[in-house]
Amino acid sequence: MSNTAIVVALLVGIAVWFAVASRLTAKPWENREQKGDVGVLHMSPQRIGLWVFMAVVTSLFALFLTAYSMRMHHSIGWCHLTIPNILWVNTAILLAASVALQLAANAVSGGRRDATRTALVAAGTLSIGFLAGQVLAWRAVGPSLYFVQGSPAIAFFYVLTIVHGLHLLGGLAVLGRASLRFAGGAELVDLRQSLSLCATYWHFLLLVWLAVFGVLLFL
Amino acid sequence: MAYVAIADRDAPIHDPHTFIEKYIWSQDHKVIAIQYSIVAIFVGLVALVLSGLMRLQLGFPDSFHFVDPNQYYQFITMHGMIMVIYLLTALFLGGFGNFLIPLMCGSRDMVFPYMNMLSFWVYLLAVIVLLASFFVQGGPTGAGWTLYPPQAVLPGTPGAGLGIILMLVSLGIFIVAFTMGGLNYVTTVLQARCRGMTLMRMPLSVWGIFVATILGLLAFPALFVSAIMMTLDGTLGTSFFMPALSSMGQAPEHDGGSPLLFQHLFWFFGHPEVYIVALPAFGIVSDLLATHARKNIFGYRMMVWAILAIGGLSFVVWAHHMYVSGMNPYFGFFFATTTLIIAVPTAIKVYNWVLTLWKGDIHLTVPMLFAIGFIFTFVHGGLTGLFLGNVTVDLPLSDTYFVVGHFHMVMGVSPVLVVFGAIYHWYPKLTGRMWDDRLGRIHFWLTFLGTYAIYLPMHYLGILGVPRRYYALGETEFLPQSVHTVNAAITIAALVVAASVVIFLYNMIVSLWRGEKSPPNPWKATTLEWQTPDTPAKHGNWGPRLPEVHRWAYDYSVPGAPDDFIPQNVPVDSRYATGTGHHG
Repeated sequence: MSNTAIVVALLVGIAVWFAVASRLTAKPWENREQKGDVGVLHMSPQRIGLWVFMAVVTSLFALFLTAYSMRMHHSIGWCHLTIPNILWVNTAILLAASVALQLAANAVSGGRRDATRTALVAAGTLSIGFLAGQVLAWRAVGPSLYFVQGSPAIAFFYVLTIVHGLHLLGGLAVLGRASLRFAGGAELVDLRQSLSLCATYWHFLLLVWLAVFGVLLFL
Repeated sequence: MAYVAIADRDAPIHDPHTFIEKYIWSQDHKVIAIQYSIVAIFVGLVALVLSGLMRLQLGFPDSFHFVDPNQYYQFITMHGMIMVIYLLTALFLGGFGNFLIPLMCGSRDMVFPYMNMLSFWVYLLAVIVLLASFFVQGGPTGAGWTLYPPQAVLPGTPGAGLGIILMLVSLGIFIVAFTMGGLNYVTTVLQARCRGMTLMRMPLSVWGIFVATILGLLAFPALFVSAIMMTLDGTLGTSFFMPALSSMGQAPEHDGGSPLLFQHLFWFFGHPEVYIVALPAFGIVSDLLATHARKNIFGYRMMVWAILAIGGLSFVVWAHHMYVSGMNPYFGFFFATTTLIIAVPTAIKVYNWVLTLWKGDIHLTVPMLFAIGFIFTFVHGGLTGLFLGNVTVDLPLSDTYFVVGHFHMVMGVSPVLVVFGAIYHWYPKLTGRMWDDRLGRIHFWLTFLGTYAIYLPMHYLGILGVPRRYYALGETEFLPQSVHTVNAAITIAALVVAASVVIFLYNMIVSLWRGEKSPPNPWKATTLEWQTPDTPAKHGNWGPRLPEVHRWAYDYSVPGAPDDFIPQNVPVDSRYATGTGHHG
């Protein structure tokens, strides 16, 4: 649990720091005319919303991983998971998807429609490929309820990968909508923010996956 | 500046035309606030009835046969969960958060109105799933509101089949709803304030709601995690929390799970949850006190810092709920220390409320009565908290009525008094009508004195050693006869307080038609929501131009000013440019 406390303390610390940085020490009763600088962050609301959401997801996975570690250390006879090799491939695929999406975001900013199309198709295919790879990993780890009941490590593996996969699916829904708008001939300028946010989210999910994978490997 | 794009738009963000768009699938924050509030108050009434049934059983154990032991535990569980999550959290953040944030910050609406609408409907779904558990086989779960495994999912506990699953699913849905709402509240406060509304000019209500939302966003995932894992334990037979055990002569397949892990996860959510409810109450009560005492809030900056400090500390005190759980005893020292440290910023707030009243021009309006009542109940509950925060004192008291008295005082009665006060305070802006003042006063005194009649004796029962969670005490040698008399008296007081809620509801509903028409700013308050061009505020809130803020929210009784309040959007005049406050 202390791990989680540290992560949350860090998040809260960042929030407090950011609040302090924006002059929490002002003396509002002095009624000096202040300039109209109320926007604390130079970001669109969508981007702030995404960052807040990513903080929530970070908290979620930090707690899952803490639970994993505590469950491991609390019990006698914990049986480690045999990491299936396909997870290395999946990791590479997700990394590639993340890169592809960044390229798509760059291409949109640069106004290159063809490059955007290629990168979008690649990112979508790779992401779906990652999910398919995860399904294969389940089969390798323990294909039936019997294994899930018998081994908490396998049960955790299922839960962690499913929760991560669902977050990726949510991202794919947003990416899909943006792609439809792109296919429908939307102006590239209108897609800039959407794809840039998708890229950020994909990088974040890659980091989450690396954390999950790292814990499964090394803890 | 990024904010200009949203806040300074002249046209509303969305433009509803049909009845359904305006009142059902509405994206207007004010309508969503009312929707949230109505549903929350409705489930709250269900939980209130449950508590009445429990009190009948406790006060007159042999007289009522419609509450059997199983139902008693189901009522306890549902009462606790509904009150904490589905009433207080939803009402403070979904109700007041939605109504107050855009109005007090001077924006036209939340920044993601569509997601805001979804948030309400998903919340409604969570409530429906929760209430559905009353109608399934086995009834709702009776595991206690903390849902501790292994008993929560084992046969023998009422509702161990579908009841507990529906509860966990409902909590999961609620958290999704809360996250959608929470993203809105945080982003709106950060990015959609009107010109001049710096963070340190925000009213404390917004500060309380803002920080509570951040706490919720970070703490609810812990409940989400435990709900998912317990659902799997209950349905698929995994062993996240379930140890090897024998249950009713059977040996379930579970092996090696950790019930203590659940307790850590639950309270890692559960303690911040106390402050998710308390911080909005702190903020709102500060604004009520300042407005009705016609005085600037004492120590505004300290109040803001205290809210932030309490928010941060609330994440490192969770295990003080677990002194008797069998965790490492050394943990107790650490958590007792952090628990006592959190009393410091909390005490600062209490001093500042009292000092705000000091030499104020106190108007004992109905909202003010509730706000002052809150100071009493909160100090009371806070002081008993100091007892329970210490390991050695907590051990003998932990399973007694002392704890019931403590937590009802501090997070039951206190936030509810603020809810009442806030509804009386903002109702005129919401509906354009005033309440019947006399009925409001009767409601206040019945509630305030009644809750003391209920919870004060519980501390005495606890010190005598009366155990909590018991369906009936029976003839127990170590308990004197006075225990039974007190229990009967508590029940009568509880029924009177419950009846006073009828007065409140009657007043609220009848005033919609018969209430006097409200002026735009009946309390002569400074904050922006009272300065809207229309009362009740129309869609888009501000007419053609957004307000511009020139001062903080507490310019009351400024020397030399023509009125005893200067709204936030009044430009600074050199004659009385500096406010009255010099506290920081």
